[in-house]
Amino acid sequence: MAELIQAKPVVAGSAKGEALVSQEPLSLWGGYDQKTGEIIDRRHPLSGQVAAGRVLVLPYSRGSSTTTAVLLEALRAGVAPAAILTTGEDAFFALAGIVAEEMYGSGIPILALDRAAFERLETGQWIEIDFDGTIRLGA
Amino acid sequence: MAASSTSALRLSEPDRAMLDGSQGPADQLAMRIVSRMAAVVGAERLMDITGAHIDSSLYMGEATLEFAEKLAGLGAQVKVPTTLNVSGVDEAGWQEWEVPASWAENARLQMIAYERMGCTPTWTCAPYQLEQRPEFGQQVAWGESSAIVFANSVLGARTERYPDLMDICAAITGRVPEVGLHLTPNRAAQVHLQLEAIPRELQEHDSFYPVLGYVLGGIAGDRVACISGFDVEPNEDQLKALGAAAASSGAVALFHIPGVTPEAPTLEDAFQGREPEEQIKLSKDRLRTARSELTTTPGTELDMVVLGSPHFSLAEFQSLAPMLKGSSKHPKVQFLVTTSRAMATLAERAGLLDPIRDFGGRITLDTCILTTPMLPETIRSLMTNSAKYAYYSPGLLNVSVAFGGLAECVNSAVRGKIVQENGIWQN
Repeated sequence: MAELIQAKPVVAGSAKGEALVSQEPLSLWGGYDQKTGEIIDRRHPLSGQVAAGRVLVLPYSRGSSTTTAVLLEALRAGVAPAAILTTGEDAFFALAGIVAEEMYGSGIPILALDRAAFERLETGQWIEIDFDGTIRLGA
Repeated sequence: MAASSTSALRLSEPDRAMLDGSQGPADQLAMRIVSRMAAVVGAERLMDITGAHIDSSLYMGEATLEFAEKLAGLGAQVKVPTTLNVSGVDEAGWQEWEVPASWAENARLQMIAYERMGCTPTWTCAPYQLEQRPEFGQQVAWGESSAIVFANSVLGARTERYPDLMDICAAITGRVPEVGLHLTPNRAAQVHLQLEAIPRELQEHDSFYPVLGYVLGGIAGDRVACISGFDVEPNEDQLKALGAAAASSGAVALFHIPGVTPEAPTLEDAFQGREPEEQIKLSKDRLRTARSELTTTPGTELDMVVLGSPHFSLAEFQSLAPMLKGSSKHPKVQFLVTTSRAMATLAERAGLLDPIRDFGGRITLDTCILTTPMLPETIRSLMTNSAKYAYYSPGLLNVSVAFGGLAECVNSAVRGKIVQENGIWQN
């Protein structure tokens, strides 16, 4: 039985993948290997996990303003997450999605969740995202 | 497209002229990105800026270079005075290090692209050390997390946290979404940190500020903070270290210190008369724990001491030079200071670089150890006085790191091993 959540598409698109969830914000600069998609912030709970092709779920991006550039590089190299879900609109992630569309014709979906929806997501769940922001859980 | 909120955004006549291409393709692309971002952040209109600082100039790979060359190739020109953050290469000195020639070439091409757009080649993460810096109340668009927090907090200028790729679009259009820290009500402190019985001696110590900033980032996250309870007036370098740390462990873009930072003559001003969401007392115990978290090296093994994140200031060169007199670094340890070309020129004139060279140290300009692949693989253990270096080095460089004040760093470089002095942090 699929469970549905409605999110706000910040940069709309469709995607599917396994969820990778953390309650800790993350800076992609110093936190995400743009050649492999590994989380490399050694102080972060997701350190060592590979987010490439997965649906990355974080409260927001922290720290460096280079986070956007790292995500654009990862998108170009094909090792970006399949989608990124945050609580509230995260401008840093959104910008990378927008610039990727402008530069390369395709980006990744970036969605904003409310806190209650965020709490329902767990690492390992299968997630499918529609263009309108509908999220199908655990199908 | 962010379909949900575009309807709220109302563009001015000149904005629409950029968007429809009548001002040329570069303005059009930049305005497309600015207006789409305005929709994302829920802005109702755009506003003018009168200055910009660009972090996008940092070479990260093919994509950042392609973006820069696309804009420059379309004939983009910045509309406001614009400074440039660190580059991906020290043009004059990269051959002395491990930087691959292909990296140096690409990083240089990216530097050229931003210079072609009319940006000033300052190449520093500390543009506030330059003569021309934003004034109180000035609306600007700055990238570089450590510079953003300094501009907002210490100068009282107004910038949102602009990410790479957005900062240059703001400079090209001269426009930003009218939201966030550009607006007075959003600049009120939300969280209140009170220093509790922190000895004056510790507050005067240079290693206090990076540690305090590291704690601040963890507590405040992306909120505006107020810190009270100082017995001393921190100087600009101390505030620089505090902000850079808070923008690493958190997303802090603005803090107030009543009586010190310009928007907060009093505690009431810091909160704009509102109640704090959260009040936290900071004890010496909590700061001591944070200080130890900044060190990841298990033993005392040391390969390199690195100073200058954010870039070393003239005042920091003045503090360092006398500490180095008459001694030299241990042969197995490297000693490096990263700074801007502007500060290096002033320091050279003041005779402050020769003591570093005589000590056996080196100086890297325009960039830093995190933004150019300069370090040899043999460097496994770093020591630094910067919480920003300490925070990012383990992930970006796969090294272990030890944190200490300036004197601890110099002493360790001489002894050839990590020497941390805990006295001032004890009860």
